Amino acid sequence: MAKYLLLKHYRGAPAAVNDVPMAQWAPEEISAHVQYMQDFAARLEKTGEFVDGQALAPEGTWVRYDGEGRPPVTDGPFAETKDLIAGWMVIDVDSYERAVELAGELSAAPGAGGKPIHEWLEVRPFLTAPPTITE
Amino acid sequence: MNEALLRSLTPSVLGILVRRGADFAAAEDAVQDALVEALRVWPADPPRDPKGWLVTVAWRRFLDQARSDTARRRREELVDEEPAPGPTPAVDDTLQLYFLCAHPSLTPSSAVALTLRAVGGLTTRQIAQAYLVPEATMAQRISRAKRTVSGVGVSPARATSRAGARFDQPGDVATVLRVLYLVFNEGYSGDVDLATEAIRLTRQLAAVIDHPEVAGLLALMLLHHARRATRTAPDGSLVPLAEQDRGRWDTESIAEGVEILQAALARDRLGEFQAQAAIAALHADAPTAEETDWVQIVEWYDELARLTDSPVVRLNRAVAVGEADGPRAGLAALAALDGSSPSPSRKGSAVPRHAAVAAYLHERDGDLTTAARLYAEAAQQAPNLAERDYLTRQAARLNTDRSR
Repeated sequence: MAKYLLLKHYRGAPAAVNDVPMAQWAPEEISAHVQYMQDFAARLEKTGEFVDGQALAPEGTWVRYDGEGRPPVTDGPFAETKDLIAGWMVIDVDSYERAVELAGELSAAPGAGGKPIHEWLEVRPFLTAPPTITE
Repeated sequence: MNEALLRSLTPSVLGILVRRGADFAAAEDAVQDALVEALRVWPADPPRDPKGWLVTVAWRRFLDQARSDTARRRREELVDEEPAPGPTPAVDDTLQLYFLCAHPSLTPSSAVALTLRAVGGLTTRQIAQAYLVPEATMAQRISRAKRTVSGVGVSPARATSRAGARFDQPGDVATVLRVLYLVFNEGYSGDVDLATEAIRLTRQLAAVIDHPEVAGLLALMLLHHARRATRTAPDGSLVPLAEQDRGRWDTESIAEGVEILQAALARDRLGEFQAQAAIAALHADAPTAEETDWVQIVEWYDELARLTDSPVVRLNRAVAVGEADGPRAGLAALAALDGSSPSPSRKGSAVPRHAAVAAYLHERDGDLTTAARLYAEAAQQAPNLAERDYLTRQAARLNTDRSR
């Protein structure tokens, strides 16, 4: 019973096995890919393991506080960052093993040629409030 | 309208329906209908026997449902022949529910959810809030769990011969206790206090089953719960045991826990919850941290290690050895545990909190450089925010001291 974040990266992850840029896929391959992700989320809703999931735009902006009374500093939009997040899903599962199993399944979403992409996903546990027993 | 009364009656009403042969999921629906009906009718017309009233209404609902289902005609005839509901002893029925909700075919999170729902009488929304998941997610988890145990099927004939008998096996009691301890350790958030709920349910269980480990778990929960208010500062940061304000510990709860534990230990059927409760009792008994009876605590950890042989227990034992015989002895006990290379992943291969314990013992031994490094390492592996912040502060404290 722990929550995990499954992170899908635009860039920065090791190359997928079936590494063809999405722009070069056939439209029906993209539909199949999207359908796979939706089915996956729907199935986790049924098993009671789904918490939340969203897709993120590839563009982002760095923001920093720049002192009292001054507007925040921004730098961007940038497209060259090595590591942008494409989307995420939060799951609530019984064990780390189950989280890895589900991430593996998500990584097998179909890509170019209808074959699994075998892309790399990041699995990160949520830090939580302390349990009753720690001492 | 007394909601606490309704909640306390729910499990036994549900248990009676299940015992009479109602399918678990159908029985649960019928009981929910009866509760809604009670909320509507009781304020104007309170029943003399609330439980009898609920059983009658729920059973009628169940029969209506069974009748409308033509595919179940045969079973309908069967249940129609049953005698009319009257006052029924609740004892075995509630026990049955605990057993069903902790059934081995359920995953831990499903077992916990179903227990809170069926035995605890909490609403799906309350359980979802406590676990910080969407209500739809929790609803699915619970209905899947209901379907799973419905398949298990406890017919009246088998209830006593098989399921009831199985519950007397220590393994089955252990499963139920594990589920209750999971609930307790979730702590609380929102308007449901899961620790209090776990204590309430364990009390109920202790009332219907005579088993030293049930008493052991109840004692353990009470002893831990007694210190709860002092475990965190107002800002949410962790207060270690030695620094807790003992004047604020709940002495009533401690006294009750100790009494329950002593009665259990007297029966000479030691189990891991009793041993853990004994350790908690020794901590709760000490007027100051310095007066803690560490020698006896080490002895209880030896018992516990014999019962469980868990690396976490041996880690805790190393802390106790460090207090009883000095930090060098503690470090020697720690060295015997293979936690020297905690991996950054969370596969659970390394012993959790190994680095934190090593850091503490090295600091007491005067090796501040190693201690600071290990505290920082421990902070990176911390499983929760409060612990991470606490360990980061420890590392920072040593680093600032040394740079002065």
